Amino acid sequence: MEIKILKDILGANEQIAAKNRELLEKNKVFCVNIMASPGAGKTSFVLQTIKALKGKFKIGVIEGDISSSIDAETVAKEGVPVVQINTGGECHLEAIQIQNALNNLPLADIDLLLIENVGNLVCPAEFNLGEHLKVLIASVPEGDDKPFKYPLMFTTVDALVLNKTDLLPYVKFNVDNFVKTIKNINARAEIFKVSCTTGDGVSEWAKWLKSRIK
Amino acid sequence: MHELAITQSMFDIVLKQAEQAQAKKVIGINLVIGEMTGVVAQSVQFYLDFLTKGTLAEGALVNLKMIPPKAQCRNCQQTFELKEFDWACPNCKSNGVEIIAGKELFVESIEVA
Repeated sequence: MEIKILKDILGANEQIAAKNRELLEKNKVFCVNIMASPGAGKTSFVLQTIKALKGKFKIGVIEGDISSSIDAETVAKEGVPVVQINTGGECHLEAIQIQNALNNLPLADIDLLLIENVGNLVCPAEFNLGEHLKVLIASVPEGDDKPFKYPLMFTTVDALVLNKTDLLPYVKFNVDNFVKTIKNINARAEIFKVSCTTGDGVSEWAKWLKSRIK
Repeated sequence: MHELAITQSMFDIVLKQAEQAQAKKVIGINLVIGEMTGVVAQSVQFYLDFLTKGTLAEGALVNLKMIPPKAQCRNCQQTFELKEFDWACPNCKSNGVEIIAGKELFVESIEVA
């Protein structure tokens, strides 16, 4: 006998994500999910964002990694509340882990919550966390062909940050083609070109993020 | 590696529905999966065999209906299947597209005894 089900496999995650969103909104916290491959510059980008917006918003951070608390320790030096999630092998963050992390953050004292997802261009795209914005960091050394290789990620995000632009003179990377491709496959995405090493372009990103929060 | 999380969620749904229907055994699980999700069929079956041990879904076979990625042209509204590295509209050659299929991930039905 066949039983029709037609149920979204990630429905359970979606339900928890909706609860996270409710909790965030109740506490007037704006939440950004930052995704990228390993080494694209997620932590540097979190640090630059904190530096740019520290005076304007009370910022909190959730760090997701398979193991270690290196990133949380780095970010904590900025004097912001941080929770480290170790997924113990899982390659992405899920809503339930964020639910636990939210319980360990002083939400009443946070306006802007940055979530650094596990370094991966595949799995994090599937799991909503309850965030208001999904941001993808792509970096120059990764190459400009990535949108075609990881289409789900590139078509899911609200903003795309091209990092390590200071390396453009040394790497074969066609910025115009890259930007054109993103615009074609994801009309909604805002595109920013930054270098977290020099700080170039960070202010444009910070200005846009600020406009989304208010 | 997101197959374990996905298989776990899928298994929870299947078991609940099978219990509700007072089924004695789950024989097959029919999934609909968009190719853009990057879910690997063999991994799903592998994790399912592991998760279902000792449950009424032990030995159930996963049947995947894969949905190829499809897009709609933002210029002329033509719909077409996406090919790797070629996302241009076959009708008007425009590159601006909206993804309309290929991100599916759901349990369509189960076969029970």
